[in-house]
Amino acid sequence: MDIVVVQFLTGLASASSLFLVASGLSIIFGVSRIVNFAHGSFYMLGAYLAWTLVERLPYGPLGFWGGIVGAAAIVALLGLVMEFVLLRRIYRAPELFQLLATFGVVLIVQDATLWLWGPQDLLGPRAPGLRGAVTILGQRFPQYDLLLIFIGPVVLALLWLLFTRTRWGTLVRAATQDREMVGALGVDQKLLFTTVFMLGSFLAGLGGALQLPRESVNLQMDLTIITDAFVVVVVGGMGSLGGAFLAALLIGVLHAFGIVVFPKITLVLIFLVMAVVLVLRPYGLMGRKPGPVAATVGLVTPLIGPTPRALVWLGLVAGALLVLAPLFVGDYTLTILSEMAILALFAASLHFMMGPGGMASFGHAAYFGLGAYAAALLMRQLGLGMPLGLIAAPLAGAAFGLLFGWFCVRLSGVYLAMLTLAFAQICWSVAFQWVELTGGDNGLLNILPSGWAQTRQGFYWLALVLSIAGILLLRWLIRTPFGHALRAARDNPLRAEAVGMAVGRLQWAGFAVAASFAGFAGGLYAYFKGSVFPTFISIPRSVDALLMVLLGGVDTLAGPIVGAVVYTGLHEQLMSLTDYWRAILGLIIVVLVVAFPQGLAGQARDWWLARNGGRA
Amino acid sequence: MLTVQGLDAHYGLAHILAGIELTVQRGEVVVLLGRNGAGKSTTLKSIIGLVRPSAGQITFEGQGIAGRSPSTIARLGLGYVPEERRIFTELTVRENLEVGRQKPRQGVPHWTPEKLYALFPNLAEMKDRPGGRMSGGEQQMLTIARTLMGNPRLILLDEPSEGLSPLIVEQMADAIAALKRDGMTVLLSEQSLHFAARVADRAYIIEKGRIRHEAGMTALLADADVRQRYLAV
Repeated sequence: MDIVVVQFLTGLASASSLFLVASGLSIIFGVSRIVNFAHGSFYMLGAYLAWTLVERLPYGPLGFWGGIVGAAAIVALLGLVMEFVLLRRIYRAPELFQLLATFGVVLIVQDATLWLWGPQDLLGPRAPGLRGAVTILGQRFPQYDLLLIFIGPVVLALLWLLFTRTRWGTLVRAATQDREMVGALGVDQKLLFTTVFMLGSFLAGLGGALQLPRESVNLQMDLTIITDAFVVVVVGGMGSLGGAFLAALLIGVLHAFGIVVFPKITLVLIFLVMAVVLVLRPYGLMGRKPGPVAATVGLVTPLIGPTPRALVWLGLVAGALLVLAPLFVGDYTLTILSEMAILALFAASLHFMMGPGGMASFGHAAYFGLGAYAAALLMRQLGLGMPLGLIAAPLAGAAFGLLFGWFCVRLSGVYLAMLTLAFAQICWSVAFQWVELTGGDNGLLNILPSGWAQTRQGFYWLALVLSIAGILLLRWLIRTPFGHALRAARDNPLRAEAVGMAVGRLQWAGFAVAASFAGFAGGLYAYFKGSVFPTFISIPRSVDALLMVLLGGVDTLAGPIVGAVVYTGLHEQLMSLTDYWRAILGLIIVVLVVAFPQGLAGQARDWWLARNGGRA
Repeated sequence: MLTVQGLDAHYGLAHILAGIELTVQRGEVVVLLGRNGAGKSTTLKSIIGLVRPSAGQITFEGQGIAGRSPSTIARLGLGYVPEERRIFTELTVRENLEVGRQKPRQGVPHWTPEKLYALFPNLAEMKDRPGGRMSGGEQQMLTIARTLMGNPRLILLDEPSEGLSPLIVEQMADAIAALKRDGMTVLLSEQSLHFAARVADRAYIIEKGRIRHEAGMTALLADADVRQRYLAV
């Protein structure tokens, strides 16, 4: 009983930081409609900056709290810079491009933090005056945690006053509903956006800084917290501060108990709770059905009809060259080509979901990784080889696609995408934490393909043939009545319902199809690498897939293939050139989005239309 | 006060407005009459900057405003009341008015919530009610009151009588007439000749994105031929 109370209190203490971060994310999204992936980076920077400030300032209450608030203020200024330099240029870009740009910032901040503070975990000092513990029911409980428990509600109350009692708050609430109308009433939106972004960033920075006395400061903080923040926002209901607070309490307490009860699979518990909440209240505890503004992820240019003859010939020639490639090129190139082929299939599966399906996924790597683990576990646990592994991989993808998809298709737009990310992160944490089964961070090794495919040429041909077959199958599916119905449901769900289509079930099926092809690609990848690691499921891999699809262009099937080839090549080059390849890649992403806010394919289409006298 | 010359606008590939020409003098109430889809709303949206004109000039108080942002245009003293009302449903009546508030402007009446509650007595009874829990007529009053909070020199009213009960339509006409008496300049769009006749001095008839006819309201009412050609359903 005593331990229950103490764990409960610990959960409440963790909930405060989580609430600060999630409320910032929610406020920024409300006004700007941008899902700011870099919000987690601001949290991390808040912690690192607080560490530095507190170390430098003289130890004492003034130095400590000055350092905490100072760190949050610096993060707010960084938010200002990001809004001013980057976001202001891309407010009119499609949502997913905005998201990519903020992910570019995540990569840049990761490397900048590594460069400035080094790879080792940092430990901050305890808070002066709050170093001790109090005794609650015979259990010792840190005084600092007691303070944190109060900070959450205090911030909630302050935010509530700010939003209901000031003109600025009224304008923010109005802009959250209809920012265009607010502009037409003469309100300077730029100023509003900038200040909102600063407030949101301040909250993230403060959330990070407040963790300093509780846990070590490390480079994984950004993606860990952003996942939790997404879960909180989805569970609490987007745009509702009260909902974010409740959800943060719920998640915080669950974390605290999960660590005691199921140390290995804490996140599974959270998954179960999230599932229950979303079944009962699809828009979160205190959320409402989002308006049409939030529901469109943009990027719905219709898929074009028959493939132009020239492209067919080009494809055939390229295919023939690829089949003959082992005769001309060396082992290294063959390895790269194999990887490109597998990732093209992975990207094509995401494209199927995003293009014809109209559902953006931030967590597509989940199915890729599940496929890989399915193949690897069959070999390690049951001694079954590649043929069965390659059958199990798409089945595993499909099974989890059906499970997760059932929840996801109840939402739409960015809400759906956030949920996909949360599911992917849960899979990642299981792969990472369940060491007995998955080997944890050490992965599963010696996943060998069948004997005939163990040569580089042999495996290359296998990967090439299966990937091309998979992509052609997806292409065929898009043109079946199922594919047409899926596109109808995407373009106008209400009308599709009205003519008798079961939109939810169609999307569910589409989700599962995409997941099963991703699983298949993952299975191939396991044999290709000869090993499987939790990184196969990580957020960066999901973003890789998004990048491939968006770089190539979501409105053509060639897009993901071109995207996969270009991106894999670029990635490989950068990694061989510098240790700070993440920052460079992030910078390239940011520059591309700013220069071509409609995407490369969209830009090409506009040029083509302009040259041919059409109107863009 | 407001001059529109050669205004063109497109939605994607669709050509919506083709060479719109119109002027509004200070103190005038001018109506744009036309059927559904004639381009009335798009004309008003182009003036306030919600639709970016593809060609043409718009001059307000001697300043070119075509292509500027809606907030810049609004702060020059142009008020816009959208057809869909676009009330902030989560905000109370009082808060909706607050969003519209701008600094007092020289040479025009300075509106306060109290003066607006006097003009629209219904609103006075529901100051703390969320916009989403009001009737259509009440929302229509609120959307006009909200725009007046910006102390505009000219207001653009998009189909103020649409979808309202006859009683509310009468109240709306009275309110516009009261504004006119105070010297407000108004450019409104309408499908209802009856409503236009109640409030307007002058009319432009718009069809398929072009101005087809211009006349004083009295002359238009006497001209059965024009009415038949452009306005009969």
